[in-house]
Amino acid sequence: MRSDIVFGQYCEGSSFLHKLDPRWKIIFVFSYIVGLFLAKNIFAFALMTLSIILLWVLSGIRAKILIKGLRPLLFIIAFTAIINIFWFKGETPLLPDSWFFQIYLEGIINALLIVLRVAVLVTGTSILLTYTTTPIALTDGIEQLLAPLAKIKVPVHEFSMMMTIALRFIPTLIEETDKIMSAQKARGSDFSQGSLARRAKALVPVLVPLFISAFRRAEDLATAMECRCYTGGAGRTRMNVLHSTWRDAVMLVAIAAFIAGIVLLNIFAPGYVFAM
Amino acid sequence: MSAIIKAEHLSFAYPGDGDTPAVPVLHDVSFEIEEGSFVAVLGHNGCGKSTLAKLLCMILEPDEGILYINGKDMTSEDITDEDIYDARRRVGMVFQNPDNQLVATIVEEDVAFGCENLGIPSEKIRKRVDEALDTVGMRKYARHATHRLSGGQKQRIAIAGVLAMRRKCIIFDESTAMLDPGGRKEVMDTICRLNREEGITVIHITHYMNEATLADRVIVMNDGRIIMDGTPGQVFSCADKLWEAGLDVPQTTELLWRMKEAGYNVRLDIFDPEECASEIAKAIAEKR
Repeated sequence: MRSDIVFGQYCEGSSFLHKLDPRWKIIFVFSYIVGLFLAKNIFAFALMTLSIILLWVLSGIRAKILIKGLRPLLFIIAFTAIINIFWFKGETPLLPDSWFFQIYLEGIINALLIVLRVAVLVTGTSILLTYTTTPIALTDGIEQLLAPLAKIKVPVHEFSMMMTIALRFIPTLIEETDKIMSAQKARGSDFSQGSLARRAKALVPVLVPLFISAFRRAEDLATAMECRCYTGGAGRTRMNVLHSTWRDAVMLVAIAAFIAGIVLLNIFAPGYVFAM
Repeated sequence: MSAIIKAEHLSFAYPGDGDTPAVPVLHDVSFEIEEGSFVAVLGHNGCGKSTLAKLLCMILEPDEGILYINGKDMTSEDITDEDIYDARRRVGMVFQNPDNQLVATIVEEDVAFGCENLGIPSEKIRKRVDEALDTVGMRKYARHATHRLSGGQKQRIAIAGVLAMRRKCIIFDESTAMLDPGGRKEVMDTICRLNREEGITVIHITHYMNEATLADRVIVMNDGRIIMDGTPGQVFSCADKLWEAGLDVPQTTELLWRMKEAGYNVRLDIFDPEECASEIAKAIAEKR
């Protein structure tokens, strides 16, 4: 089923990371990213590697899934690595002078570190957020984090309701697209052959009915919501109230220690200094 | 018993727009729905059944006539938004398309949606949601994703959402029309149980005749008017009138009707195939 892909990001589970408060998780992710970009030498990078292994263990997610998550980035990672290897001017040349280009040891180390950083960045944020947090919990978290903005008339609740409904209807609309495409194929429409312009044109008879049905669904949904006494955000309560637990406190300390560790290693640890 | 819904001479037309003239849908419709009853509303497409349901939920306002919900005149001038919300707390609706009425991605979140709108404290919502899911037999799906459920299960979730708001009356607007036979049975079983065990008033709009036979009372509509109103036995006994209105009758009724036309002495108000068979056997034996 194609509709599984959309929610395929979230891995069902009940690990330490799954149980964290989504509000804190958002804050953790941002702090973690800052930490990653502060890292400047090999020791800091070692700490980074250690942190990702810890996160992986805490999440209980299979390594296969994480590696699969990196696959779409393979090209970008390889590209940056190659660029760095050939462009970086270091002090230890590795090839004979007679060659028309030169590779330096520092260039290779640099490239490896960049690859490591990108991989850790992507994997770490995915583990912390997308793999262990349902989209709904994430939306709730964002809504509550931004709640103070409602005081200056930012429609925070409306925005999060829109997000919720959008998430809810993604699989429905994908299913619908499949159905319409099958119907159009049955009438002889061809989506897989011809020039790009032709293929784009073939999609028009799919998009038009899809839009019409989406509007009809929206109207139905609005009626249904009205029937269920929805009147906007004011006076609304929630069944699942977000609670911060000891887990969030532990994680907060861990993230703070991580950033502090990176900074200290940058300052005090000797060794190869990474160049951006 | 008191009437939870009372309609007096309701008329409604969809307003015209520029060149298109207004479309009259309901003409002078009057009826009362007793608390705790199970009423089926029959009629072919475009006869105004769904419009009637929307009037009862106050999504639409009647052009003429008076609508009482729980004894309160909902069409008077000084009705406030509060009164409308209050009435909507009593009368809930389950729609035709199971996909277009679920708001949340997780089953229990969707069931909680109505209660959340009412501003009920979270522990109470949790309790109500669990109860409602138990009632429709979907407790073990509480944490499932709504889009993975079957049509019948989705409709049961929608019913749970209505139940969690502690409504006394549920209108089913062709809620079984888009389901496969299995899903239809699931939903019908749930509806019957709610009516018999929980005492919930059910208004079931449908065009499946065999579903209407389960009700205490059948209202038949044609061209925006009520043409018949009575027990399933009374209504389906007048098969000729139903055929005239472009409707079917249950298969058992049709068979018995044909038998009667052929000169056999049979009752017409039998809907159970077994009973029907013995009635026919009896009539044939009698004739010999």
